[in-house]
Amino acid sequence: MIAVEQPLLAVEGLTRYYGARVGCRDVSFELYPGEVLAVVGESGSGKSTLLSLLSAQLEPSAGSVAYRMRDGVMRNLVELNEAERRLLMRTDWGFIRQDPADGLRMSVSAGANVGERLMGIGARHYGAIRGEALSWLERVEIDADRIDDLPRTFSGGMRQRLQFARNLVTHPRLIFMDEPTGGLDVSVQARLLDLLRGLVFDLDLSVVVVTHDLAVARIISHRIMVMRHGQVIETGLTDQVLDDPREPYTQLLVSSVLQV
Amino acid sequence: MSESTATGYNFAYLDEQTKRMIRRAILKAIAIPGYQTPFASREMPMPYGWGTGGVQVTAAILGPDDVLKVIDQGSDDTTNAVSIRKFFEKTAGVATTTRTVEATVIQTRHRIPETPLGAHQVLVYQVPIPEPLRFLEPRETETRKMHALSEYGLMHVKLYEDIARHGHIATTYAYPVKVADRYLMDPSPTPKFDNPKMHRSNALQLFGAGREKRIYAVPPHTDVVSLDFEDHPFEVNRFDKPCALCGAEDVYLDEVILDDAGARMFVCSDTDFCEQRRADGHSGAMTGATR
Repeated sequence: MIAVEQPLLAVEGLTRYYGARVGCRDVSFELYPGEVLAVVGESGSGKSTLLSLLSAQLEPSAGSVAYRMRDGVMRNLVELNEAERRLLMRTDWGFIRQDPADGLRMSVSAGANVGERLMGIGARHYGAIRGEALSWLERVEIDADRIDDLPRTFSGGMRQRLQFARNLVTHPRLIFMDEPTGGLDVSVQARLLDLLRGLVFDLDLSVVVVTHDLAVARIISHRIMVMRHGQVIETGLTDQVLDDPREPYTQLLVSSVLQV
Repeated sequence: MSESTATGYNFAYLDEQTKRMIRRAILKAIAIPGYQTPFASREMPMPYGWGTGGVQVTAAILGPDDVLKVIDQGSDDTTNAVSIRKFFEKTAGVATTTRTVEATVIQTRHRIPETPLGAHQVLVYQVPIPEPLRFLEPRETETRKMHALSEYGLMHVKLYEDIARHGHIATTYAYPVKVADRYLMDPSPTPKFDNPKMHRSNALQLFGAGREKRIYAVPPHTDVVSLDFEDHPFEVNRFDKPCALCGAEDVYLDEVILDDAGARMFVCSDTDFCEQRRADGHSGAMTGATR
């Protein structure tokens, strides 16, 4: 018998209203280990609401998000207590924000930024924490001699890479990303995406990445979900959706990308 | 009550209902060691930062038979200490002293007396900022949650920064401690030299922050452990020389500049301790010669 791989994240009928307005409605999908899912759509299409719901930062109006814990048991996120949710958030999950200033502690050094999660789960050996921070800085291509510098002395691309290191240090299994390359110039974006793709592959990460940039989706994702007015209108393999979009809105989205 | 006691004020300035409110907060604080208990801090006839929290705690626990000692940076005769002592002489008519062994209530800013305290004594600290996580996490809602869930990794981030910048933990005062293996606590701006004195002290320790409206406590015989790293353990300040006046070692010393040519001396910051030692015949480098 072949062991069928089980999903890491199972989303069922996820809905969120802001008063009478729809944030997102009836979203269902499954995410498997090692899979990268891109959520695309224009501003206001419900992408960020969905990401907040998935990462348990927002309570759904209806529907459920189930996550397979490290012990293999599927748990519904709304049933977790706050301590469990916060522990999940800083150990088994990562959250990469568009603006690194939101995801980093700008007033402490790069080394402390990377070491914070380790100290949060009880690491109490300075030398070991620093060693781990150094090895992660190297992995995200930040020079070792910048370890004691504040992130505010870093360029935008370096800050974003530091944010990766800070999130990955506890070996999370699931990473949420909100426009990870937004606000960076194109050549920096390309390097960052290259690095990201390598890390995702090496660490066997599952990723939900929200982006309005179809190029980003094409480079790093396996599957894609197109959202409009809070609903998923098209879903499929990335190449398939981008090369042969079925929905008129997806066709519009794809055709509005500038060809150079 | 002595003749100099002011009329028209309730005993120890605050009205009885206010004192009951503060006592309830104190009892709760004692029941949950290290937990910052909110209380309805009153306006006091002194500016914030001069010990409004400590004064309210003292006023709430003071009885007519108590003997009060007030110290500021270890000294009984600095402005703040003299003013607060006079304040309670005037409004409560209680006996005051500068001798640690005679006092039943000791209000302090920045120091714990060198003389070991007994079970009959209460130490009241003046606290400017009760939240040890405040400079790392400005949101009160978030720090409360961190206390509730014992998420204290962030405090080690601060110590990590110290070592990364200075090669050792350079925090020398307000050095964070964990109380009864549960709550992270700011020991008020006392030098870290005094942290070990808080550990399993015989005396009740009360902390009042007037502006921030918080009271917290360390009951007698409670564990108070200073945070550190395995490879950078907690250490107290060390001094090269003994006190220049009384020759005491292993005490906290103040540096006193003597002239404009670089001459200086180090003397006990605890003035009562130093005076008692000299009365007992001890002498230091600058007093021995004149004897």
